[in-house]
Amino acid sequence: MLLIHCPYCDQTLPEAEFAYAGEAHIARPEDPSQLSDEEWRDFLFIRSNLKGPHFERWRHVHGCARFFNAVRDTVSDRFLLTYRAGEPRPDLSTPEAAQ
Amino acid sequence: MTRYSAFAVVKNALTGHKGWREQWPDAEPKKEYDVIIVGAGGHGLGAAYYLAREHGITNVAVIDKGWLGGGNTGRNTTIIRSNYLYDESAKLYDHALDLWDGLSQELNYNVMFSRRGVMMLAHNVHDVQSFQRHVHSNRLNGVDNRWLSPEEAKAFCPPLNISKDARYPVMGAALQMRAGTARHDAVAWGYARAAAARGVDIIQNCPVIAIRRGPDGAVTGVDTAKGFIGAKKVAVSAAGHTSVVMQSAGVRMPLESFPLQALVSEPVKPVFPCVVMSNTVHAYISQSDKGELVIGSGTDQYTSYSQRGGLPLIEHTVAAICEVFPIFNRMRMLRKWGGIVDVTPDRSAIIGKTPVKNLFVNCGWGTGGFKATPGAAHTLAHTVATGEPHPINAPFTLDRFRTGRLIDEAAAAAVAH
Amino acid sequence: MSQFRIPGKGRVKHDEKVTFSFDGRRYEGLRGDTVASALLAHGIHLMGRSFKYHRPRGPVTADSAEPNALIGTSRGAGRFEPNTRATVQELREGLMCESQNRLGALSFDLGAVNDALHPLFPAGFYYKTFMWPRSFWDRLYEPVIRRAAGLGRAPSEVDPDRYASRYLHTDLLVVGGGPAGIAAALEAARAGVRVTLVDETPEMGGSLLSDPEVEIDGQAAWDWLAAALDELRARGVRLMTRTTAIGYYHQNMIGLCEKLTDHLDTLPENAPRERMWRVRATRVVLAQGALEKPLVFHGNDRPGVMLAGAAQSYLHRWGVKVGERAVIVTSHDSAWHAAFDLAEAGTKIVAIVDTRAALADELRAEARVRGIEVLAGHTVTGTRGRLRVASVTVNPVENGRVGDPRMLHCDCLLMSGGWTPSLHLFSHTKGSLQWDEASRTFLPGRMTEDCHIAGAGRGLWGYLDALSDGAEAGAAAARALGHAVEPTGFAVAHDRPGTGESHKELPTDRRSHRVRAFVDFQNDVTAKDLRLAVREGMRSIEHVKRYTTNGMATDQGKMSNINGLMIASDAVGKAPPEVGLTTFRPPYTPTSFGAFAGYKRGATFEVTRATPIDAFAEANGAVFEPVSLWRRAWYFPQGGEDMEAAVARECLATRGGVGIFDASTLGKIEVAGPDAVEFMNRMYTNPWTKLAPGRCRYGVLLGEDGYIRDDGVIGRLSDDLFHVTTTTGGAARVLNMMEDYLQTEWPDLDVWLTSTTEQWATVALNGPKAREVLDGLVEGVDISAEAMPHMSVAECRVAGFRARLFRLSFTGELGFEVNVPARHGLALWEALMEAGKPHGITPYGTETMHVLRAEKGFIIVGQDTDGTVTPDDAGLGWAIGKKKPDFVGKRSLARPDLVAGGRKQLVGLMTEDGAVKLEEGAQIVLDPDQPKPMKMVGHVTSSYRSATLGRSIAMALIEDGRAREGETVHVPMPDGVVRAKVTSTMFYDPDGERLKL
Repeated sequence: MLLIHCPYCDQTLPEAEFAYAGEAHIARPEDPSQLSDEEWRDFLFIRSNLKGPHFERWRHVHGCARFFNAVRDTVSDRFLLTYRAGEPRPDLSTPEAAQ
Repeated sequence: MTRYSAFAVVKNALTGHKGWREQWPDAEPKKEYDVIIVGAGGHGLGAAYYLAREHGITNVAVIDKGWLGGGNTGRNTTIIRSNYLYDESAKLYDHALDLWDGLSQELNYNVMFSRRGVMMLAHNVHDVQSFQRHVHSNRLNGVDNRWLSPEEAKAFCPPLNISKDARYPVMGAALQMRAGTARHDAVAWGYARAAAARGVDIIQNCPVIAIRRGPDGAVTGVDTAKGFIGAKKVAVSAAGHTSVVMQSAGVRMPLESFPLQALVSEPVKPVFPCVVMSNTVHAYISQSDKGELVIGSGTDQYTSYSQRGGLPLIEHTVAAICEVFPIFNRMRMLRKWGGIVDVTPDRSAIIGKTPVKNLFVNCGWGTGGFKATPGAAHTLAHTVATGEPHPINAPFTLDRFRTGRLIDEAAAAAVAH
Repeated sequence: MSQFRIPGKGRVKHDEKVTFSFDGRRYEGLRGDTVASALLAHGIHLMGRSFKYHRPRGPVTADSAEPNALIGTSRGAGRFEPNTRATVQELREGLMCESQNRLGALSFDLGAVNDALHPLFPAGFYYKTFMWPRSFWDRLYEPVIRRAAGLGRAPSEVDPDRYASRYLHTDLLVVGGGPAGIAAALEAARAGVRVTLVDETPEMGGSLLSDPEVEIDGQAAWDWLAAALDELRARGVRLMTRTTAIGYYHQNMIGLCEKLTDHLDTLPENAPRERMWRVRATRVVLAQGALEKPLVFHGNDRPGVMLAGAAQSYLHRWGVKVGERAVIVTSHDSAWHAAFDLAEAGTKIVAIVDTRAALADELRAEARVRGIEVLAGHTVTGTRGRLRVASVTVNPVENGRVGDPRMLHCDCLLMSGGWTPSLHLFSHTKGSLQWDEASRTFLPGRMTEDCHIAGAGRGLWGYLDALSDGAEAGAAAARALGHAVEPTGFAVAHDRPGTGESHKELPTDRRSHRVRAFVDFQNDVTAKDLRLAVREGMRSIEHVKRYTTNGMATDQGKMSNINGLMIASDAVGKAPPEVGLTTFRPPYTPTSFGAFAGYKRGATFEVTRATPIDAFAEANGAVFEPVSLWRRAWYFPQGGEDMEAAVARECLATRGGVGIFDASTLGKIEVAGPDAVEFMNRMYTNPWTKLAPGRCRYGVLLGEDGYIRDDGVIGRLSDDLFHVTTTTGGAARVLNMMEDYLQTEWPDLDVWLTSTTEQWATVALNGPKAREVLDGLVEGVDISAEAMPHMSVAECRVAGFRARLFRLSFTGELGFEVNVPARHGLALWEALMEAGKPHGITPYGTETMHVLRAEKGFIIVGQDTDGTVTPDDAGLGWAIGKKKPDFVGKRSLARPDLVAGGRKQLVGLMTEDGAVKLEEGAQIVLDPDQPKPMKMVGHVTSSYRSATLGRSIAMALIEDGRAREGETVHVPMPDGVVRAKVTSTMFYDPDGERLKL
């Protein structure tokens, strides 16, 4: 069972309190009707499925119920960081992020 | 290839079994192949075999980052069945089942395909409706599958608890008699041996770093840990790692990889005659020829390549098994392990062409790839050889995610209302 | 006193006898014995039969790694378990044991015919044969193989025992209560760390229990141990014995299985048999010690052949001599100490056979003092004895040449091939293992978790090293936890450090194909099998393991993996790490299913949700059906009615008078806030802007893929407040989906979402007399047809309770749904029942609800839709707000395949013979005479006998269904084809006249 830091509660808690919610930073288009079928497919279905640091969403469903973002290494399953929904995608190449 | 038979075993017994030859050579890569298959699991090795046997294409290499058969082929619970709902799925899996039927003889390798019957339990009215829909659909598709009352289910599988007081009482079951299990490693080994005997190179411990494309966009080969290997065509059949490999060719896939756990008990004398699946409580069980209860669970919730998986899910799976088969409470778990399964949005596979010329893909089998092995391999080989899909895999395109023509078995099973 | 028990010796209680039975014969043992030690005290080594060849076998270990001495254990009805390790199972009064995997008596097993035919059964033989004739596999070969395989018999009765589970948070978890683990725990506890120390055996001490001669800090080993444990207890360390660390999971979560009752004479009332602990430790010290390796030689599996360390344990812990005449064969110093200790205890040591030519002078001197013959530079080439070793053949080896044999008579053969670190738990973490060429073993490499490895687990040998290393690990853990600490040193006298060498098979003078040198005892894998596998192209250890089954026995390779790897790497011609080491998997030792299941059993397997009105249904004989986590009243049979009769009565009563239905399971969500209407517009397909407060609308929710996910009636209570209802199973999913969009896509909307499913009890009244029943109970609102038209909602009081009253209908009759705070649900129900008595009010269940709604063509999401159905497919195109620029799923409805012709559409079906009811799920074809596979055009989604209409009705999804209205379609069933006409889904009161009452 993973340990996850909720950026809203500022607590590190067991996975049982959280629900995985898929890849992060896939924003719903402002006006979907303007999208081609290919673009709409990409939004709906195409996922990066990265091996390594993966930007993803979790929901603290049995806690504050907020959705938030996380970077997790999908090889070790270890969380590198978590941050609030709406915050910009962190740049992992910076030294702070690397820590 | 030394032909295997009881006679050969007896003959070798007299000479200390010195006469057996290696089942496949450990090949070093040539400069170029007509076809390179990435991923030496049952699907990839099988495709190489069918390319050689059915299409006469023998200048083929199967490349794997590890040992052949070391991925999901060697990590699954070996359930084989074809009682799927949609015509497309039923045809594909039934094609596989037909091939399973004679596979031992065809490969001259006993893959121990055991038609012991697969029973799917219904635990509520909704399950009953859903499975009866399967039974009716299968019947008209010529796929065997029949409906059993709780008492009939118990007669077929005596350890089953059909008490009406159970938390999830058994309200009936769908039974496919032709379905069963097979020895997973033997499938990979059998295909490897038969493919190698037809000239296919099997290159192990050789990670593919990238798929290389020429100026016209078409595939030219693969960069590997052992250098560049040229290829006229490349087929990726790398299960959980398919996204990673395809990404190198610039193709983004509708796939996510999840951990899937399975476990076995200590071995016991025959007690469990068939395969039982319960989607409602998420547990799948059979007994191996060695005597171990082989138990599968659902996927963990997050994407992962760690092959670890958590304790809570295993606790739930074992609890579910003990709920349905309470006599197994004092049995002991011997070991549990994890695999990585690649899942598509509609839970059905993708077998076919890609936007890149001469690049083919076979993936997205989720938790159900083993049963499809010969069918997937056979139709993939056809697609690679002819450049066009076989009618059976034609619906399983990558393009369906654009058009919306999904083959959604999971959605069709729907959810309790 | 048993012949082989030494009076007063060991840690058993010599004055407390315990009786038990083995294969029906009664024996006496002592308190503190294991089954193995008690049988050995009676001179019994033969305890089991091997898996494949049914060879006679005795215990080879004294611990949980035992591959051979597996028995069935039982304490009466339902309490039988197979494959119990006799070396682990503690004796208890009346324990019943049976040997396994035999045809006939243990001493005369007919299955041993396999052994005689062993040349026919090399590794993987089954892949090469049993293929002809084809049909024989299912009918003959496989059944025979299956019967021959397996070890014990499975339990056949339901287990009456309970199992428990707990969470534990600790600063430091130390796994292994040997010297290194105790030293680690001491050091950390002294620094103020909260420590938990676990050991799988009944007693802390590990190897110290088998080495009483050692002195630590001036105290005899056992005195030091007692003092150390006292100190640990005094410092608040949690000491857990009989507790196995079974698995090491993410971020220092360790699963512990604690055995609580298997050793007790009588079962305490309600005590759990085992308890699973899920421990979250900030730091972990793994001090699991090392496993002694067997030597691989011809006949190394005979009863009486045992690890030297095991013999030493039997002597010191249980006061048992494993034989009168022992031969020692070893490649490591440790076995010499075992020999000396046995000699002291009176066992005749016939000889110490060491594979090494060069031996330490001290060892030779000690052997000389005891008059023990030493055969250095020797090998073992065979043993004899049918059910017990009687002699051993040893040969000198010089320059790789095996010299002339010499036979030594003995009744036990004690072997040691050196030691391998126990790194199973470390392996669970995916930490890397590093090959150490000097010690020819794997040592822990890169860590992935916050853990330390101490003592023999890192290849250290001898007590001083183990203690010091343990203390250093404890100190390091304490430092990592923020405590300043310097590890204390130890003074150890009579230490037994030692060295050894590592082997593949021992050299032999036998012709290779006649050698049967076992590597995996339980699975009968020989060195020859491993070499055959390599010859056949299996070059990775993973292939060798799977081809030969080496390491796949119930010891998970604890005895066999390293020896197997040495032999395989020799055969491949590569260094061991290049051939690889198979991954160890949880659990560390086989663990009861019951312990994993814990409390999740029977009624507590998963919660059953019950509505506030459940008690009424229960008291009134309702039959229940499970719907998601709920149990719902399915129907209310009266006087022996079957379901069909009860449902017909309930339907007619509702349509003719009034029916009452518990709809509390419906999901309820409050959507509140200034932007509530905008939110609703974006989520649901329907337009909401113009819906006036006090009115309701049927809403349809899609997934972003355009398919129907949920539906329900939604009432607008005020400009900024919607009362949304969802399907019973969809409540949590819908709220999650709403929250997802609100929080992450539209955080600008000022909206609050609240699940109120549990807050409201919902009672539906339906039927022409519904208003009459309600009339006298409602305060604060006029419920006349004019004042409160169909699809209205009002806040008022009903039966004195604050209520949200909906006028809506899922039956086609005049209908109301009364929501009151859940705690008043039952009282409301009873008040309505009372008020309805004069009108013949009839409670009905979910089945009647289903029939009544089907008569009106109302869909059930999940039954008439299946996740591939669009609103238009379901005939709900009217529910789409055409002018809305966007809503969830809208874009997908324009995808090529969703606008193409030939989609399946929901229609009604009437069988030509109204007495025939279609089966739900039945498939529909146009041409019933076509061959299989048939072209199916759809399926029946709902089908009922309608008492109202006096005939069957059905709904179906059919390709281009609406265009086929009036056509006849065919439903081929096993017993004939049913003809049915495609109709509208509206079977009853199509104009909705009855709603206007």
